[in-house]
Amino acid sequence: MEYALFFAFSLVAIVSGIMVITQKNAVYSGLYLLLTFFCLAALYILLHAEFVAVVQIAVYAGAIMVLFLFVIMLLNLRFESDSFAPPLPRMIGIGVGLLFAVQFVWIGLGGMGAAAERNIPEGTTAALGMELFTKYIVPFEAAGVLLLVAMLGAVYLAKRKHN
Amino acid sequence: MVPVSYYLVVSAILFIIGMIGVLTRRNAIIIFMSVELMLNAVNLSFVAFSNLWGNLTGQVFVFMVMTVAAAEVGVGLALIIAIFRMKETTDINRMNLMKG
Repeated sequence: MEYALFFAFSLVAIVSGIMVITQKNAVYSGLYLLLTFFCLAALYILLHAEFVAVVQIAVYAGAIMVLFLFVIMLLNLRFESDSFAPPLPRMIGIGVGLLFAVQFVWIGLGGMGAAAERNIPEGTTAALGMELFTKYIVPFEAAGVLLLVAMLGAVYLAKRKHN
Repeated sequence: MVPVSYYLVVSAILFIIGMIGVLTRRNAIIIFMSVELMLNAVNLSFVAFSNLWGNLTGQVFVFMVMTVAAAEVGVGLALIIAIFRMKETTDINRMNLMKG
């Protein structure tokens, strides 16, 4: 059962990931990206990271995708012509990607035997809160400041300049 | 129970898809989406390793990655809007004011 769910969700995630980069219409790319995010949330649940899964749906599938689709529709980018690179750079790009794939396989085959038995903690959400608010309180606050600065920057950049 | 290495394979495939997207597309918004795909692939491997070692630090780091991704998308899309006002396009080949 778990295998079936894993293979179904990861297959949909990979196929829709490929659709993201091959669609001509930016709106369709955005919607396939949304599907990938949902499948990744399902994979997080399979890994017993329930809180991360919920945050994935709320932040990525909710906030970030709304921002993307809003900007695409605001700028009316549906029929942006030739959004692919010309053939030679495209071939080079795919080649570099496949080179990375070979490297991942190379490294992965070296470390395959290291998989130990797992000890999954019970109730990861409460434990995660304890970690986040005690041991990692300074990075947590820094993340809050980062979001504030990003918000100010976004408002300033997107503001229409009067001159 | 699905071995952690399977999750890492999915993570690597998604990362490579995102990288090919960044290298082959010329629309700034789709490049952004590919970057998000790469960040998500890294998040998946963080959660997988967190599960493998029974250690929650990986999930805390996923939080930080999500925060940075949200900040990046906010500022990046604002930049794209500002460039679109000036150039009427999101094609990165035409963003050449600095003659790079």
